[in-house]
Amino acid sequence: MSQQSHSTVVDVSGVEKSFGSGENQIHVLKKVNLQARTGEILMLVGPSGCGKTTLLSAIAGTMQVDAGQVNVFGKPLHQMSGGALTKFRGDHIGFIFQQFNLIPTLTLAENVAIPLLIQGGGNSESIKRARAVLEMVGLGDRWKERPNKLSGGQQQRVAIARALVHEPPLVICDEPTAALDAQNGEIVLELFRNVARSPERAVIIVTHDNRIFSYADRIARMDDGEIVEVKEQSPSEKPHFEHEHTI
Amino acid sequence: MFGLALKMLFGDTAKYLMLVAGLFFATFLIVQQASVFCGLMRWTTSTLKNVPAPIFVVEERVEQINETNPLRDTDVSLVRSVSAVRWAFPLYSGIQRVRVTDGSFKTVQLLGIDSSSLAGAPARMKEGKLEDLRIPNTVIIDELATTRLAHDPDHPIKIGDVFEINDIEARVVGICEAMRSFTGGPYIWTTYERALQYTPPSRKMLSAVICAPVEGIDANAAAAEIERKTGLRAYVNDNFGKNPRDKKKVGKDDKPFYGDFNTSTVWWYVRNTGIPISFGTTVVIGFIVGIAIACQTFYAFVLDNLKHLGALKAMGMSNFRLSLMLIIQATTVGIIGFGLGLLATSGFAMGAIKNAQPPFYMPWIIPVVAFGVIQLICMIAALLGIIRLSLYEPAMVFRA
Repeated sequence: MSQQSHSTVVDVSGVEKSFGSGENQIHVLKKVNLQARTGEILMLVGPSGCGKTTLLSAIAGTMQVDAGQVNVFGKPLHQMSGGALTKFRGDHIGFIFQQFNLIPTLTLAENVAIPLLIQGGGNSESIKRARAVLEMVGLGDRWKERPNKLSGGQQQRVAIARALVHEPPLVICDEPTAALDAQNGEIVLELFRNVARSPERAVIIVTHDNRIFSYADRIARMDDGEIVEVKEQSPSEKPHFEHEHTI
Repeated sequence: MFGLALKMLFGDTAKYLMLVAGLFFATFLIVQQASVFCGLMRWTTSTLKNVPAPIFVVEERVEQINETNPLRDTDVSLVRSVSAVRWAFPLYSGIQRVRVTDGSFKTVQLLGIDSSSLAGAPARMKEGKLEDLRIPNTVIIDELATTRLAHDPDHPIKIGDVFEINDIEARVVGICEAMRSFTGGPYIWTTYERALQYTPPSRKMLSAVICAPVEGIDANAAAAEIERKTGLRAYVNDNFGKNPRDKKKVGKDDKPFYGDFNTSTVWWYVRNTGIPISFGTTVVIGFIVGIAIACQTFYAFVLDNLKHLGALKAMGMSNFRLSLMLIIQATTVGIIGFGLGLLATSGFAMGAIKNAQPPFYMPWIIPVVAFGVIQLICMIAALLGIIRLSLYEPAMVFRA
């Protein structure tokens, strides 16, 4: 993957974030610089408490930073108001959470349709589109079921469908395989590579699951609030996929 | 999106039912107790409903219809002398004891009306003729009396039957419809002169003078004129609230003209008895029960769904839309709980009407106010959820 053919969509520079005050103040991010590009899967890795999730929150626009700049698709998130940030997230970002966060009282299709409904889409059109995306993740025939009928791996596939249904240019994943066993984790990652990846889309994954590192195009290693290493993975380091396709 | 909000609500069956049950009980307590209170207050004015005279003239310190400060018999003539009065007749009203055939005693509300005009006679006769009241020792009884004064409830009193009022014979010549008295006893009509015979004697016996204004003169104006000319208190017999107390300062010596006797009577009971406090306490308890259950359960519902609502927030749903979702959820359970509560109250009302007790009267204002109260409870519950949700940072959704 050459850097020239892919544009930088996330540009984090000099970002600082701390929690608490006085003696109890903890510096979670210390002048962090990071870029993410379209067409790549970037993994943020590191030990627990190193600041991965905080950095992800800053990139997702769910948390304001204390200092530095967070530019996503050229928009300065660090300067945007709460309302503008909310709209920006709805329009540009797909979320995949560690615990899936599917609403148990809604059907799979209704869960997947939520981002479209947030954008103001009509109910029937949104459900139709949601069913199509569920089809792509292999759950098309179960669109009427509720999440609690599914295994963890299947629920994460629904979450992936929900993250992609409104075709966001940036997908943010927080520990997507943490709640899954090895087999399901691999299935989800393979699916992820197939459906989430697109030349116009950037994917950022926070994980400390070293089983999935091989799926990354680049790995940014964090420690104690700093990016200590950004490593580009060569094709030989990555697993081989016979049937790659994108949506 | 709001359809999904309702699905989230209905999907959590336990909390949904708990919310509806809380609001159902709150509605039932508020509406039923308020209606029984209104029914009881209405019963206090039953003599005014059963004696359909436009104006009641009473002793000047009398504030309510069930209070008797007797007048002199000459006061009838005094009222007749007022130019605004078309006609005026005496009225006796008092509680007396009736001995029924098995020897037991029952209390009744005895009304004595003018024998020549029969002014103040019951408005709706069920059986018999009003004019038969002019026959010696005769009475007209209401429907309640037919069973209440009967030895055997399966063999109610009928026309021609005889009982005793204070040891004096009374023969039934008619049965009429009437509103039940505040004391729960039936109404018995007889002539004024005979009522005095039935009643242990005292120096003054005239309870009130009932009269009507001259055609073209307003009853309030006629009443004010009577007060000025006679020094007695004159009340119009209108509907409750039509002539609120103290509104008209047309009485003698600038004293407030009390206006409607119904309103004055009800307010007297409100001021001088523990009835409003008793019923009011239950209504307040209904409100507190509603608040406690609805707020606690709805808040728990929001807490249970907080991570999902937080995820929606992270995915781009504004606080405004999330708040609207919560308001719609709260309003919906409010409407359902209120509807069921009102339905249960209607069932209670049907039973009350069938058995003629407890008193039940539900003016439109009660369900309207109750609906407002229930929605207020729901809004408070929703507000608690909204506050909790607004404090939830979308970034928290990333924390497992």
